[in-house]
Amino acid sequence: MSNVRQALLQLTSAPLAGLSLTLGVYAGCHWIYRRSGLKPILNPVFSAALILVVLLLVSGVEYEAYFRGAQFIDFLLGPAVVALAVPLFTVFDKMREATLPIAVAVLTGAITAAGSAVGIAWLCGASAETVRSIASKSVTAPVAMSIAHDIGGVPSLTAVFVILTGMLGAAVATWTLDLVGIEDPKTRGLAIGVTAHGQGTALALQVDATSGAFAGLGMGLTALASAALLPTLAKLLW
Amino acid sequence: MLEFVLLLLACQFLGELVRALTNVPLSGSVIGMALLFFGLVVIRSIPAGLQQVSSTILQHLSLLFVPAAVGVTLHLSLLRDEWLAITAALVGSTVVTVIVTGAVMRLLCGAQKLRIKNRPGSLAQISDPHTLRPEVSQ
Repeated sequence: MSNVRQALLQLTSAPLAGLSLTLGVYAGCHWIYRRSGLKPILNPVFSAALILVVLLLVSGVEYEAYFRGAQFIDFLLGPAVVALAVPLFTVFDKMREATLPIAVAVLTGAITAAGSAVGIAWLCGASAETVRSIASKSVTAPVAMSIAHDIGGVPSLTAVFVILTGMLGAAVATWTLDLVGIEDPKTRGLAIGVTAHGQGTALALQVDATSGAFAGLGMGLTALASAALLPTLAKLLW
Repeated sequence: MLEFVLLLLACQFLGELVRALTNVPLSGSVIGMALLFFGLVVIRSIPAGLQQVSSTILQHLSLLFVPAAVGVTLHLSLLRDEWLAITAALVGSTVVTVIVTGAVMRLLCGAQKLRIKNRPGSLAQISDPHTLRPEVSQ
């Protein structure tokens, strides 16, 4: 009996555990999400992460040990972002029709995202660490983390804010856009991508191909605009 | 199909290389996306295998964020101390950003359409590059 226990304990920190657990929990959450008719509150990233966090806390397995397995999934984010070029190309003509609106909307959106997050956090009395780390929360994770590093934030904390923003965006974007009566799939996609980067794009792709492609575009351009502007704006503020 | 998996990785690799050499403030994968996009613009079509690989990987895009999301465990104490400010900032900023971006895009697209519609005379329209756009003139 104690042999079985020991073997199991050893296995929990092996790559196989983190990898299969992530896939298994996500598959379950995704199944429920689909069965519910894609209810935003059941967003599988949120529910899967919540279950995995609880499992880690209860079992006492360190995040590092978990990540030894989960890194294989995490790695695929890179090629997946590259793959977004394909849906983007399919809307190339629609993109050219609206070059100026897209450019202005992304710039305004990127500045609004950073400015409102920093402003609200500061007004609510958040620590300087939080305020600086939250500025790039609407930017895709790898770029957001390097911006955080440049403006004096904590990159791993920024990663948390980025992910939380992605979940929130996926949860409230559809509802918010319906509320203000924005129906055009290009506009909806762009707004979701600018606000909630890759997670928003994942959601938009599930809704329709055009808004998915515009979300990918919004994500890429927001990364570019934020990386170019935030370090300069940060210098003015702190 | 495998060659297109390799193509995605190669684009990312090139992207990382460009980033390291030029210090552009973008991630290697975003540069890789731009490279692949320009490649597609040049050949003007999507190879069937690439379409297949890209839809397979993008179909499960959400899954790929789960490992990073679990990283929340590393910052639980800070999140507990400042949860109110953080929640207010993230929720407020998310709603405001969606609305501002959407409203600006809608406004400018509308203005563009209106301007083209009001332009008198077919000759002026033909000499205007905007009329080459299929959707806007209706």
